[in-house]
Amino acid sequence: MPEFIVEWLNQNDIFTAMTLMEYWDGLVTTVQLVFLSLVIGLVVAVPLAILRTVKNPFVSGPIWLYTYLFRGTPLLIQLYIIYYGVAQIPGIQDTFWWTIFREPFYPALLAFTLNTAAYTTEIIRGAIVATPHGEIEAAKAYGMNWAMRIRRIILPSAARRAVQAYANEVIFMLHASAIASVVTIVDLTGAARNIYSRFYAPFDAFIFVALCYMALTFMLVFAFRKLENHLLRHQRPVSS
Amino acid sequence: MFDLKGYGPELAEGALVTVELAFFSLALAIVLGLLGASAKLSGNRFLAGFASTYTTLVRGVPDLVMMLLFYYGGQVGVNMLSDYLWEAYDIDFFFQFDPFISGIVTIGLIFGAYMTETFRGAFLAVETGQIEAARAYGFTRWHTFRRVMIPQMLRHALPGIGNNWQVLLKTTALVSIIGLTDMVRVAEEAAKAERMPFHFFIPVAAVYLILTAASELFIKWLDKRAHAGVVQGN
Repeated sequence: MPEFIVEWLNQNDIFTAMTLMEYWDGLVTTVQLVFLSLVIGLVVAVPLAILRTVKNPFVSGPIWLYTYLFRGTPLLIQLYIIYYGVAQIPGIQDTFWWTIFREPFYPALLAFTLNTAAYTTEIIRGAIVATPHGEIEAAKAYGMNWAMRIRRIILPSAARRAVQAYANEVIFMLHASAIASVVTIVDLTGAARNIYSRFYAPFDAFIFVALCYMALTFMLVFAFRKLENHLLRHQRPVSS
Repeated sequence: MFDLKGYGPELAEGALVTVELAFFSLALAIVLGLLGASAKLSGNRFLAGFASTYTTLVRGVPDLVMMLLFYYGGQVGVNMLSDYLWEAYDIDFFFQFDPFISGIVTIGLIFGAYMTETFRGAFLAVETGQIEAARAYGFTRWHTFRRVMIPQMLRHALPGIGNNWQVLLKTTALVSIIGLTDMVRVAEEAAKAERMPFHFFIPVAAVYLILTAASELFIKWLDKRAHAGVVQGN
């Protein structure tokens, strides 16, 4: 390590190697939690969004209800219901599920996944509904069946329209994940709360963690801007 | 109805706290949003820079972290100030930072940033011809702003305000974490004491659903009114 960093670390009481390790572990937990819930949420959301556009109300109705319930209530309540609720399911403590759900990480992961899947379903549905009719007509004229139209025309086209809103959802999820600290998970915010209560130094503890979140946010913003440029490169004006 | 084990009145009071918190935060957010949007569009580089820093900072930090910073940090800040005042001027000054005020300040600041973007877009959507016409009638800048820009901007801003309000309403749940006895907090305590999580959290979730659904209807009605004079389509 460079000399001046060593010196700086030696001079302050709060940001010692030990607390920095706590922050690092918190960062790892936050990233794991957010990344896993987003990936699973997206995988669940794509088929749900497709089914949500089906005309049959027995197919689209339940999905509408699911997204309505999860978008209409705070994530914190959803987390509490799942976190406190699983322990109350009769008999669960005797099954192997209990070894998984006893850890607060998994109830939180479930709550976050269900929440982000609901928002993502609506984002993708909006993008699917907005597909220009000409594209679908052209696909039909080529003799493509429903599944092929979805796969080759509708989904790629919808992805381009959805990417911007989805980027917002990803950032929203990163920020929302801070509430995991409420159910005793030591994520970034949890680490900050521990360090705050140990040193009674709110500014050091929380401003540092705010900067960490900001760095993560701007990395995501940058990555999504690159992705957007890539997906929409055919729309770029032809320049010299 | 089902039995709330005597927590009914407390839950109802908590629901009232939630609604009050949401309304005060919305008011603060709208004021900050108008200020922010005006600053961004003012053409003054210093003001515009200040407003952009504000919106960028807010969008990079989770609401909970900001709330903890204001709540715990606010108290330490006040304590430092009162120590200083006592040492330097013999003034006895103390102020207890309560979660309600911290909640309003944090949520107001966060949604002020989102409102800034909403209002900025809405101001830009007002036709320049309208502003030119107002100027031609000899309106001052302030007059143009109040009589021409604001009424026409509101129509464009309404969907954005509505979305922000829906998110804001759900964000108020976070204030239970810093100890405000809103309905989430009451439900949490009741659920722990009675060991009945579903029994208490589901009614609270239902209240949030009712609030968001009612707001949706109200915003639709407002939107219709705001578009009363607009001929749409062809």
